[in-house]
Amino acid sequence: MIEPPVSQEVGELDGSGGSAAAPAIELRGVTAGYGGRTALEDVSLEIARGSLLAVFGPNGGGKTTLLKLIAGVLRPWTGTVDTLGVRAGDAARRIAYVPQAELVDWSFPITVWNVAMMGRFARLGPFHQPSKADRDAVTTALERVGMIDASRTQIGRLSGGQRRRAFLARAIAAEPELYLLDEPVTGVDVPTQEDLMTLLTIEAEAGRTVVATTHDLPAVSRHFRQVVAVNRQIVASGTADLVRDADVLARTYGGHLLVIGERAVLLDDAHHHDSASGSERHFHDQGQG
Amino acid sequence: MMSGLDAIFDPLGFPFFVRALAASALVGLVCAVVGSYMVLRGLAFMGDALSHSAFPGVVAAYLLKGPFYLGAAVAAVATALAIGWVTRRGQLRGDTAIGVLFAGMFAAGVFLFSLIPNYVGDLFGFLFGEILGIGVGDLIALTALSVVVLGVVAVLWKEFLYSTFDPLGAEAAGLPVVRLDYLFLALIALTIVISLQAVGIILVVAMLVTPAATAQLVSQSFGRLVSIAIAIGVICPVIGLYASYWLNSATGATIVLVETAVFVVALVASRTPTLARANQRPAA
Repeated sequence: MIEPPVSQEVGELDGSGGSAAAPAIELRGVTAGYGGRTALEDVSLEIARGSLLAVFGPNGGGKTTLLKLIAGVLRPWTGTVDTLGVRAGDAARRIAYVPQAELVDWSFPITVWNVAMMGRFARLGPFHQPSKADRDAVTTALERVGMIDASRTQIGRLSGGQRRRAFLARAIAAEPELYLLDEPVTGVDVPTQEDLMTLLTIEAEAGRTVVATTHDLPAVSRHFRQVVAVNRQIVASGTADLVRDADVLARTYGGHLLVIGERAVLLDDAHHHDSASGSERHFHDQGQG
Repeated sequence: MMSGLDAIFDPLGFPFFVRALAASALVGLVCAVVGSYMVLRGLAFMGDALSHSAFPGVVAAYLLKGPFYLGAAVAAVATALAIGWVTRRGQLRGDTAIGVLFAGMFAAGVFLFSLIPNYVGDLFGFLFGEILGIGVGDLIALTALSVVVLGVVAVLWKEFLYSTFDPLGAEAAGLPVVRLDYLFLALIALTIVISLQAVGIILVVAMLVTPAATAQLVSQSFGRLVSIAIAIGVICPVIGLYASYWLNSATGATIVLVETAVFVVALVASRTPTLARANQRPAA
């Protein structure tokens, strides 16, 4: 039995001034999954430019699937996904995607500097080597995330928070119009969480669109402006207040949520394995320090 | 008693030795570059599979009196693409697809080989390497193929690095990750063709994997990994060639043993506290 989604207007924070009428992201009747398994069913959703939006929901509820559809790396079985005014995938050079930390091989022999430089690779194209403009963009990005002093450190030597900073630097260096971040603040220390969310807020205020999945409901109400609750379908979308709505939470998490007065406690927030992970590399190194 | 200089300069009087030196150093260079990406992509087993898959191509080329490079390249590239395609269909794991296809291709090579009525020494050369028999024509073909492989890597090093490190992020950023994967498999296949005459089908995987694996033990950045792999990949065959000259041992095997020895030294050294701490130090 499926109840109709709670829906509010999400468009008030349109940073583009209204002339670009097309939303940053538009899904219409999208059903998608992996192999024969459905992850999202009949999803329709609009996200305005300049949004600072959190996608929350239970494990395997389709959060990462939604990001992959928007990025165009997963094709829907039915329906359409438009991103930045064109079909998803066609706007790739204007998107920065930050994967979940546990999909990254932290033993890879690469330094923080070169991770950030990857943000420039796609726009450079083959035959072109990184120029001074690219090095300047990387320097600026690393300064903004507070990692310039660690730029020559191999990524496996970083703490969990520093690892997220390094990947956010890669996204910033790409100068995207749309940030897609899979669990950017999960399991990081509070100062890092504050720093990263401050940066993302600045990006959203500059008219760029930020979409992040998260498990951390307190962080959602503290740092994000809009939310989408996902559990195979869009359960609710609207302003960040929705994470305090007991009805929305109950319908998003089913029986796995314990509501005590004003506080909601998740009971299924165990080790996260997304439904897409079957074919993907997985790394469980938890970082140092 | 022979002096050290004689030991170095004596063999250089033989043109076959000079050709072998040039060929093995070039092979070592190409293998080190391609191998660096290969070990990071977890494709060591793929290298072994593709070299065995080249065997039917080599035998067919012999039977048809065509150039062995062409036969080996067709067989290895076809197998690489077939493995990629079967894996991408998703019904079988990658290592399963590799196991089935490479054993099947190698069996086809043995089958064709068994149809040849008389003993053919050349073919044993392809199994275990025969670099001392390399001719001027071979050297030219080898150089041309090396230029192709190194040229492709020089043009696409960023794209290969990004899609190796973070395929999801690379694809989202618009890189053609699937096509890059296939292209890289084709590069491995060509590199194996280049290396066949030096070390033979059975030992090619060592030329590809060992220098890069050794470099990985002592590298914190990709640039350093490739540089060290190249140094090992070029120097070890030269040492191995001289050693096999003076010991009268099998050349391909001697080269591989030198590389393996360097790997063991690096493995032990990288586990000793002093060097480990030196590696830990984040450069300022």
